[in-house]
This record gives sequence, C-alpha cells and structure tokens, in this order.
Amino acid sequence: MTTVPTDRLNVVIATDCGSTTTKAILIERQQYEDGPSVYRQTYRGEAPTTVEAPFEDVTRGVLNAIQEVEELSGRTILDGETIISPADGDRGVDIYISTSSAGGGLQMMVAGVVQAMTGESAQRCALGAGAIVMDVVASNDGRLPHQKIERIRQLRPDMVLLSGGTDGGTVSHVVELAEFVAAADPKPRFGSGFQLPVIYAGNKDARSAIEEVLDDKNALTVTENLRPVLEQENLGPARHVIHDLFLEHVMAQAPGYRKLMGWTGAPIMPTPAAVGQIMQTIARRQGISVVGVDIGGATTDVFSVFGKGSDAVFNRTVSANLGMSYSISNVLSEAGLDNVLRWVPFDMEEADLRNRIKNKMIRPTTIPHMLEELQIEHAVSREALRLAFLQHHELAVGLKGVQIERTLSDVFDQSGSDETLIDMMELDLLVGSGGVLSHAPRRVQTTAMLVDAFQPQGVTRLAVDSIFMMPHLGVLSSVDERAATDVFERDCIIYLGTCVAPAGTGRAGDIIASWHLSGDKVERRSGSLTMCDIELLPLSEGATAQLSVKPEGSWDVGAGPGQELTTTVHGGVVGLILDGRGRPLSFPDDTAQRRSLVDSWIRALSMYGEPQAI
Amino acid sequence: MAHAYTPGLRITAHTQLRKERRLPLKGEVLVAVGDRVHRDQVVARTDLPGDVVTVNVVNRLGISADDIGQYMLKKEGDPVAAGEPIAETRPWIKWLKTVVESGIDGTLENISSITGQVILRKPPAPVEMPAYIDGTVVGVIPGEGVVVETAGAFVQGIFGVGGENWGTLDLRVSDPSQPLTPALLGSDCEGKIVGGGGRLSYEAILAARDMGAVGIIGAGIHDRDLCELLGYDLGVAITGTEEIGITLIITEGFGEIAMARKTFSILERFSGREASLSGATQIRAGVLRPELIVPDLDAPEAKSEAHSSVSGMQVGDVLRVIRAPHFGRIGQIAELNTELRKVESGAHVRVLEVKFEDGSRVVVPRANVELIEE
Repeated sequence: MTTVPTDRLNVVIATDCGSTTTKAILIERQQYEDGPSVYRQTYRGEAPTTVEAPFEDVTRGVLNAIQEVEELSGRTILDGETIISPADGDRGVDIYISTSSAGGGLQMMVAGVVQAMTGESAQRCALGAGAIVMDVVASNDGRLPHQKIERIRQLRPDMVLLSGGTDGGTVSHVVELAEFVAAADPKPRFGSGFQLPVIYAGNKDARSAIEEVLDDKNALTVTENLRPVLEQENLGPARHVIHDLFLEHVMAQAPGYRKLMGWTGAPIMPTPAAVGQIMQTIARRQGISVVGVDIGGATTDVFSVFGKGSDAVFNRTVSANLGMSYSISNVLSEAGLDNVLRWVPFDMEEADLRNRIKNKMIRPTTIPHMLEELQIEHAVSREALRLAFLQHHELAVGLKGVQIERTLSDVFDQSGSDETLIDMMELDLLVGSGGVLSHAPRRVQTTAMLVDAFQPQGVTRLAVDSIFMMPHLGVLSSVDERAATDVFERDCIIYLGTCVAPAGTGRAGDIIASWHLSGDKVERRSGSLTMCDIELLPLSEGATAQLSVKPEGSWDVGAGPGQELTTTVHGGVVGLILDGRGRPLSFPDDTAQRRSLVDSWIRALSMYGEPQAI
Repeated sequence: MAHAYTPGLRITAHTQLRKERRLPLKGEVLVAVGDRVHRDQVVARTDLPGDVVTVNVVNRLGISADDIGQYMLKKEGDPVAAGEPIAETRPWIKWLKTVVESGIDGTLENISSITGQVILRKPPAPVEMPAYIDGTVVGVIPGEGVVVETAGAFVQGIFGVGGENWGTLDLRVSDPSQPLTPALLGSDCEGKIVGGGGRLSYEAILAARDMGAVGIIGAGIHDRDLCELLGYDLGVAITGTEEIGITLIITEGFGEIAMARKTFSILERFSGREASLSGATQIRAGVLRPELIVPDLDAPEAKSEAHSSVSGMQVGDVLRVIRAPHFGRIGQIAELNTELRKVESGAHVRVLEVKFEDGSRVVVPRANVELIEE
C-alpha cells in the first residue's frame, strides 16, 4: 500500500490483531466550524482473529473487521481483498496500519553476564520492545551449566537477546553464554525450517568470538552493546533490531502476515510496543508522569513514564500469567486466597471460590451474570493489578534508560539498582485498559479497582481506555503524532475523575485532613477526611475546581508532611474521590469487621447500586 | 461480532476424524499413506539430542584457556566413555600429572579456547510416536509425522490432566449423576478407562489408579481434589504432561455436577469397547480439549467434523449453561434476543432465552452458553 504525506492524511483504517479478536477502527479528519480540523475515531468493527486453523491466514480476520467498519460507516474501503488507497470522497483510506499480538505475541529469552546488571538491562530492553521475557539466563543466576542449557533448550522463544560485558570488559563470560545457547540449539516456535534469530548486544570485543560460536547455527545479528559502560544503558539499537527481526522472522512465519505486511503503510508493531509508544507520546506532549495498565485474559502489561523532558524514563513490564480468564487461577495461587477474599463483601466458602475461579479458567469467555459473580471478578482483578504493579516496581529501577548516566557512587552502591523509579506521589495520570476495566458495568467500579490496586498518593487523575484503541493510536503516533493525540484525547480516553489520597497511617476515626473545594461550576464545599473513610464528590467531565487540602500531623498529600496543598483538580464521569484510607491500605484481621469496612467503601461510592448516568 | 459465543464441545456417537501425529524434531516416518495402523504402533521416530555436560578443563588443569588445545587428548566429535581421560597435563614428574576424565558416555562436542570449557554430549534419546488411535494413514508430513484417520465415537471433555493412553472403556454407574466411588472400583479395572456420572472424588481417582486403570472420566471435580492429585495448584490450563499414573477427563466442570445425558449415553453405548484418551488441555490460542475416541473402523463413512460455529446459533439448538446461576443445566434455545439486555450484574449484554428440560425458561447472556454439538 502506498503511503501518503501526513499533511494529506484524512482517513485512516487501523487494526489490532489480538490472540482472539481483530479490532478495526476508522479515524477521520473532521472540520468544525470556526476551528482547526481534528482527527476523530468514528467507527469500529471486530471479527475473530484467523491465525489458527481452519483459516490460518490473519488477513481473513482483518478483512472481516474492515467489512464491519464498511457496513457501519457506509464508506467503501475494500475492493475485493484490496484496501482502496488513497481516499477519494467516501471511498478508500489514506493509510492502513496495524499492530499484532496474535499467536501469543513476541516471546524472548534474554541472557546477560551479571543478573542484576546486564541481565536486568537486557530484560528491560526486550520488555520495552513489547516482548514477553520467558527467562533471564545469567552467569551468576545460581543454575549449573547443564541446567541452563536444558532450560534454554526447553524454551522455544521467537528470538534470543544475548548481552553481557561492558565494552572492553569480560569476554569469556559472555562467550560462555553463547556456548550454552549453541549447545542447547533451541528451536524457534514458528517455522521448523528456519534458524532461530539471536541478537548479540554485548561487549564489542567479544563479537568475533560470538560470531564463531553462533553464526553457523543461528541467524545472528550483532548490534551495539546495550550496557557499554557500567553507568550507562543504551537500549535503543537493540530494541530496533528486535522490532526488525519481529517483522522479518516472527511475523513472516505466522500465517498470512507476509501478505498483511504488504498492505500496511507503516511497519506492524507488537501490540504492547504500540501501547508503550502512545503512553510515551502523551507523557511527553503533556509533560506529565503516567502509569498505564492493560489487563487481559492471559497477561497484564504495566507501563510507566516518570520524569520530565529528557529525563523521562519509560518502563514496561508484562506479567505473563496474571490475567482475568486464562490465567485467573494463577492470580488466585499467586495472591493467595485471603488477599482475594478480603475484597469480597459477603460470606464465601473457600471451595466455592476455588471452583468458580477454575470454571472461569476453563471457560474463559463467560461473563458474570449475577452481581455476586461480578464482585468476585472485581476482587480477583484488584489482586491481578496489584501483583502486576509490584512486578513493575521491581523492574522499573536503577539505570535510567537510554544514555542516562548514574553517578559512580550509585554503581558501587548496588542498593541503588533496587530503588524503584515509581513515585506514586509524583504520578499525574493513571490509565486503565482491558476488559475488566473497560467493560465494567459502572465506571465507578473501574475507578475503585484502579485506586485499590495501585493506591495512588496525593492528587492523581484517573482514566480508562474506552474501547481498547491505544494499540492503534500507538502505531498511528509513529506516522502522525498529532492525529494520534487528537483521537487519544477526544475518543480513546474517558476521564474518570481525580483521586486525592493523603499518604500515611493512623487509627480508624482519626481526622487526617481538612479540605476546601471551590470553582465556577462547583458547589462550594468543605469538610474533613477521616481515617478509613472514602468519599465521592460530584465534579463532572470537563469541569475543574480548586482544592485545598491541609493534612494533619505527618500525613502528606504532596506538599510535604502536614503541609497544605492547593491545586486544580479535574472532574470526570465519576467525580472527585477523597480517599482517607491511608497508604498502604490495611484491613482488620477480624472477618466481620473487614467485611463491614469493605461494604462501607462500596456504599460510599455507590459502587454496585443503581446505575449512574454516564 | 458475528460469532460472539462459546463454541461447544463435540460429543458424537459417530464421526470421521483425523489426528496429526507429529514429532517434536525432524525424524523418520515409518508408515505410508493407506497403511492401517494400530493405536500402539510406532508411526514415526527421531532421536532427541542428548543432554550436555560442561567440564571446565582449564580450571581443573590450572592452565590458561588459550593453551587448552595442547592439553586435550580428544578432539571435537570424538566419542568418549565415562572415566576415559579427555585432557591431561604433561609434567616432568609423572606422578604430578593431572587428568580430567569424562563423566559420561557420549561425544565431545566443543572445546573453547576463550572460556576453557569443554562440552560433552550424552547419546541421543530415541523418541517414538505411536499412532494413538486405530485408523488409516491418510497423509505423511515428510520427516515429521503422519495424519491418521478413523471413524467412531468422539467425546471432548472440558478439562483433563495426564497424557495419551488407551484401554477398554468401562462405565461403572447407571445414572449421569451417580459418582464413581472407590467401592465401585476393583482389581478388574486394570488397563481400563473407567467412567462415572457425577463428581469424581480424590479417593475415587486414587482407587482407580491403584487398581491399574489407565484413565478415568467423570462429570466434575473439586479444585482442591485436583490440587491434591497434582501436588500443586494449577495456575494456567496447559496440561497433558503430568505424571500422575492415570489420565483424567472431566466433561462438565469444577464442582458438584451431573454429566450431560448425551455424553453419558455415548459412554454407556460404547462401554466395553477399546478406546483412546488424552487429558491434554490448552485453553489459550488454538483451544485443545481432552478427548475420548472409540474407533469403529467397520462402520459406514460418517460425516466429517463440522462446527456449528460456522453457521451460528439457531432457535431449537441444544445448549449447556456454563456459568452461575444455572451452571451445568441443559436446555434448548427458545428465543434469540437481538437487543442488549441488562442482567443482574448491571452489564448490558446480548442474551438468549433457554427452555430447560423441565419446561422452565430463563434469560442468560449469550457468552454463558455453549452449544452441544453433533
């Protein structure tokens, strides 16, 4: 498909080929009276993904999804199996773009010499490129050589990222890792006839030795060292190679993708990489820190961008076995029964919960019919989100991305690498996406799940992806950033409101802060916030208000312990939440007291009451 | 979306079906198109590369990696035997000599002058692929495997554990809700696939295994019993490689539940016949369900596998409700409502009306039913 210059980009069709569903959206430039033109998402269609038998051709599902868009919009997009381009009146589109996570996404194994250093850098590199990291092999990972080789052989990754050694540093250790890979001779997941791609991004002095060991058996690509010196990470070049190989090897092996790649006007991106791209674009354009989460049936992705301008650091983690259907049982076993049950406001037998969760696992497409079932799924989702965010905390640490230097003292003080970059008090925007959040019957339920799981501190704006179009917008932002942000602001994101949560701990009933709210379109109100209470104030979408909060004692709402904060707060479809439950959230040991407390939160937010007008 | 519902499990007394028998690595195919094969007949074989053992020769000899070549007694590709010297120092005084011996029988695969490491590989391990079902070879995938076709009864379960097995099907109860208890299982279970109606208890599964049964089928199971059987809490439904001494298939789901009458009647009809079963389950991408196959090669040619997911749901279709509050109940589609309807959870969803066997009618989300396919 020919691409058109972005200034003539008026109509865009974008698809996301997911494991089960292919989603298509139509984006059109619209001219409003007395104003500049803006891009809007206008129609959407979806169809089952057709990577598996009997079709085994991803383009079939893409065409079906586009056909649905054609039927709804009245625009002719297809001429048989060809996408009409460029747009002319109500025929055709200017560009077709796509993301893909079909067939389980991009699965990688990474290796580095020291687990906490090059191993961790390699892991961050692969995750940032949108991969699932199946294992991290390192010289000091505690496994014996034969155990490492056996593990590498068992895995059938799409590609391997081999790193290790700073430039001029160890050669023997990184070559040893290459020897393990060569001895294991792992087979790629797709296409038995082709060689497994291996990327070498380690000590440049070891390149020729690595080529000698791996070149015959693998499709070896050598790129810049991702950790050239101890104080610096350089993840960009290796990430680009991962994307190129993803297209050349992995996608090209999946059924129908070769044809699909011929249709698109921009390279197909792995879905999580595209979501990461839009998160970074939004953070950069608005100058804010963002945490985003996409909770799916099998996996949960967490994205974060902290820091401003050139200091902004992007991190992504994927929790491969935390999800709401295929992996729901794993959430229960990882979180533990008590942690799930603490969110359930009614009496429930352990055996009953276990059977219900397993039934969801084996029939993943079912939905809660009864309110009680919905509450159980929401309880599980809080734990899945919480655990995924904990994992994100563990990896979003230490070195600050591309070309950002640490001080030498940080290097010798290894504890520096354990310090998380996630600062919940600094967080400006928390965005949720994925079925359980996007399709909750009431938006206040989505809000509560996000607040309970992520426990934002201070003042944090909350939003949800309306119909899961962040992947489409991520790849669009690589073509036209303005078009992507127009649609993101106007059609993708639904602002839920703002959460104000003083950080600290105290006894139930203690006054922890006093507050005062004023503004043109809001009723002037003031009050005090009590420990363990949560309160919802009306503040509609598009409205802003001035909020002053004076915390008591050592409580902190962002201006420092006991310091008053005055700030502008934004409304949303839910409103303004004053969360006085303290951080971290705590629960009474006594079951009856705990249930009563959780029930009081549910009632305070009218979480499962009569439907609200949205 | 046109097909927004769960495709059902296939349960049929007679169908034509094909099974692909593919090796994990390239190897040799031992049969040809048109050959009749027996379930335990090997149709393809290969050798899995042997495990490797690493020996850090330079550390053991106290030499530098660059010099390793001078001290090696074996070269790359040479066979080695356990206890055989592979490298040694050559000091002036003989009794100061240090020898490195191979710890295994196998071959020397690699000598590294950078790491000083020597890699030895054990002999390859043969892998044989049985036909798994009685049938006819209808396709050969060169170097990889075959496609075997058979006709007969086919029952898909909802969940299973344990690998492929075969034996005589033996239904030991007379009612779809009657569970298989240890009292119903004796020494005559040996080599058989035993079946019951309701929930399988941990005790019943253990009794069947101890009596030598190769497989067990029931309607339901408690998750805690499964956990006890496996020795761990199953997190993700990818099964088939468990070594628990028996293959288990559940036809309906977790909890106290009766077997669907149709499934039960097929087990009843084919009790006493030779069958193959597999507990392998993989819910994600390319759903794989456990299965019981009772070949009947002398029967007239049956219609091939056709899924109703191609034609969609119709009024009158038989279905099973697969989520509370009517979990497990069988009924017929009475009405396919087109408009979104609000259900008790507060969600607005596509629904349908089901008429149960007792005549009662209820509205359920379309996502919460599965068709019982012919």
